[in-house]
Amino acid sequence: MTTSHAPLAPAPRPAMRRIISHGLYETRNVLRNGEQLLVSLILPLLVLVGAHRLELITSAATPSIDVITPGVLALAVMASAFTGQGIATGFERQYGVLAYLATTPLGATGLILGKAIAVLAVVAVQVVVIGTAGLVLGWNPDPVGLLWLGVVVVLGATAFTALGLLLAGTVRAEATLALTNVIWVLLGAAGGSVFPLNHDGAGALLLLLPSAALGEGLRTASLDGSFPVLEALILAGWAALAVLAARRWFNWR
Amino acid sequence: MPQHPPCLTLRHVRYAVGSARSPQGLKEILRGVDLTARSGEVTVLLGPNGAGKTTTLSCAQGLLHPSQGTVALLGQDPFRAGAELRARVGVMLQDGGMPQSVQPRALLKHVASLHQNPWPVEDLVSRLDMGDFLRTSIRRLSGGQKQRVALAASLLGRPEVVFLDEPTAGLDPQSRQTVFELIGELREMGMGIILTTHLLEEAQKLADSVFILKDGEVVRHGSVAELTGSGATGSETATGAARRMVFTASRTLTRAEIGSAPVSIELDGGIDNAPGAAWMTPSLTGPTQLRELAAWWELIGMMPVEVRMEARTLEDVFWEVSVS
Repeated sequence: MTTSHAPLAPAPRPAMRRIISHGLYETRNVLRNGEQLLVSLILPLLVLVGAHRLELITSAATPSIDVITPGVLALAVMASAFTGQGIATGFERQYGVLAYLATTPLGATGLILGKAIAVLAVVAVQVVVIGTAGLVLGWNPDPVGLLWLGVVVVLGATAFTALGLLLAGTVRAEATLALTNVIWVLLGAAGGSVFPLNHDGAGALLLLLPSAALGEGLRTASLDGSFPVLEALILAGWAALAVLAARRWFNWR
Repeated sequence: MPQHPPCLTLRHVRYAVGSARSPQGLKEILRGVDLTARSGEVTVLLGPNGAGKTTTLSCAQGLLHPSQGTVALLGQDPFRAGAELRARVGVMLQDGGMPQSVQPRALLKHVASLHQNPWPVEDLVSRLDMGDFLRTSIRRLSGGQKQRVALAASLLGRPEVVFLDEPTAGLDPQSRQTVFELIGELREMGMGIILTTHLLEEAQKLADSVFILKDGEVVRHGSVAELTGSGATGSETATGAARRMVFTASRTLTRAEIGSAPVSIELDGGIDNAPGAAWMTPSLTGPTQLRELAAWWELIGMMPVEVRMEARTLEDVFWEVSVS
């Protein structure tokens, strides 16, 4: 250390640069993390290819690739926003990383906004990779619907990130690890995300689940080219509830 | 010498967890802490485990909001302050606060990117001898290496105030010396340093002022000289009344003999009550007690092998407070 640096006064970088810097730092960490890549990209791709192969073998009983691809996108968004962020944040909380970063110029708000940038960046990678794989396998989305699909993806990512952070900030890291994985598998298998819901009876009620709202919303957008108003409202409601609950119960340490 | 300006002030700070309505009830961790730390000085917080040192630091850093009382860090409430204040403050948490899967280099560069005029990362890397493990994930570092990364991260923004919670925990003696030299330099540069440590000997050498906490309260505070009554830290010519005397017993002392001593005596740095064992009086208040001790030696028929007077140390004060 040299004293020639001492006269410079301490000052924070401008807020936007701090937030973008943290977003890029978090994105790099996620993309370098093998376990997170497995859950966020590899497993959804395996589901996509597996469901497509099943379709080829038993075409009468399985949904088409046009139905499966948006469903797998929903699964991938849940993986990165809910499972990935939940686990990462849970362990950051356990190791005191959240508390430390809250004492830096980044602060608590910058930390959350930086995480949001990271989630959106990873989701963008997921949309490109899974979307491309779907197109190769024969997915034929409505061109206008792709715009609405993007809106629903952002809404879904927001709702599931808020839910993941709520869990990470209220229970132990190990419990977050177990719960986010179990919930992700349950919502993926039977929560209306990958496979379409039966819209009669109990199936209609399941639409209130964020997973079903995300899956159905993405299918409506890509198949019909229309904006799924009800599903978007349900996702926004979940996001608002989770943010309010996190503000009340989230523990930084 | 004029006093340095305060950089941190805590007034009647209380902090409680739980609820009066819950079965566990309300638990007060801090019970009215008053503390002032100054720029250009090292302020040391001492206290047994659970005394409230880390909670005091958390309130001072703005991580916790006191139930009652006020905190002023560089003149502002740290709990409500924005990035401008946080850029002027460096924090090293007791548990490090380091992400485990990240390499030190990536972490330090990221923290530096949050500041307008960061300290060059390479300077700190070189100073804290971190070159060998800069590209190893933090999970794989030793406790001492992690401490050095956390210390470097706390200094990256060129803070005016730095909080160091157990900065030398897990360090080998050489690294510990490096850290204490660095702290001395930071003080010379005018930084306010607030630290906790269990190393009382080092605290005695470094501290400009000491606050001893017990059960959530400051039970003693002052300079080392004021606390030990030595007049001047480590001075051989100290004239203060509070001294301790160490005598080496020529034989084992019986329980009854120990109980009949005119002032309380304790084995000095050992547990073996045997011929040659060193006994000490934690505090001597004057020559009268010396005369009484000599009379007691005569009474029990024991001539000490060696007798010496020592200035009281911070450790003596700490133990006195801990057992009281």
